[in-house]
Amino acid sequence: MVSRLTIERAIVDKIVAHARADHPDEACGVVAGAIGSDRPVRFIAMTNAERSPTFYRFDSMEQFQVWREMDDRDEEPVVIYHSHTATPAYPSRTDVSYASEPNAHYVLVSTADPDEHEFRSFRLVDGEVTEEEVQVVETYG
Amino acid sequence: MAIEVRIPTIMRNLTDGAKAVEGKGGTLDELFSDLDDRHPGLRERLVDDKGLRRFVNVYLNDEDVRFLGGLDTQVSDGDTVTVLPAVAGG
Repeated sequence: MVSRLTIERAIVDKIVAHARADHPDEACGVVAGAIGSDRPVRFIAMTNAERSPTFYRFDSMEQFQVWREMDDRDEEPVVIYHSHTATPAYPSRTDVSYASEPNAHYVLVSTADPDEHEFRSFRLVDGEVTEEEVQVVETYG
Repeated sequence: MAIEVRIPTIMRNLTDGAKAVEGKGGTLDELFSDLDDRHPGLRERLVDDKGLRRFVNVYLNDEDVRFLGGLDTQVSDGDTVTVLPAVAGG
């Protein structure tokens, strides 16, 4: 199966803006969508409880509230994103070992270069990294 | 009445796909042991020899048990325990 992330430009822009705003710390968040739709629609910037340039972790209470809200709305985390601020947009060993949402697209943004960002998407399942194509669309139609 | 435990997607292979299971016990530690009798392997996903695993969040009703009593947190019938893997990385 060829995997692909299809995502609206406006959401990509929000993810990149969040990553730039929190640089040099890592930024993180989710984009929720209806369960099974594979369509990321609701952008939710999360607090990096670690406030670190090399690590991120969702604040546990914020995660609880956001996950419950998704549950109530029959949504799931379609995209889980975070930034790398000094290294390429490729999953680190810790990213792979802590990955816990097998259905999510793991988006990495690198802000290492002040002018050009990297935006890439991966599947992280059972310790395996699979990069996928990113298709940016103006609207889902 | 029992204690409802909500299971994240990544651990549902241990609960035959169930999103929530029920258990009993006076503390979280006892509850997890009780669950492990019917869902072998579940306890090991939640607990290591130092206590709650670092990258697993466990909530009693609306509170993170790390700010309560960890594995010694008292639980009772009618409570809801929610397990969420931490979203973290480097």
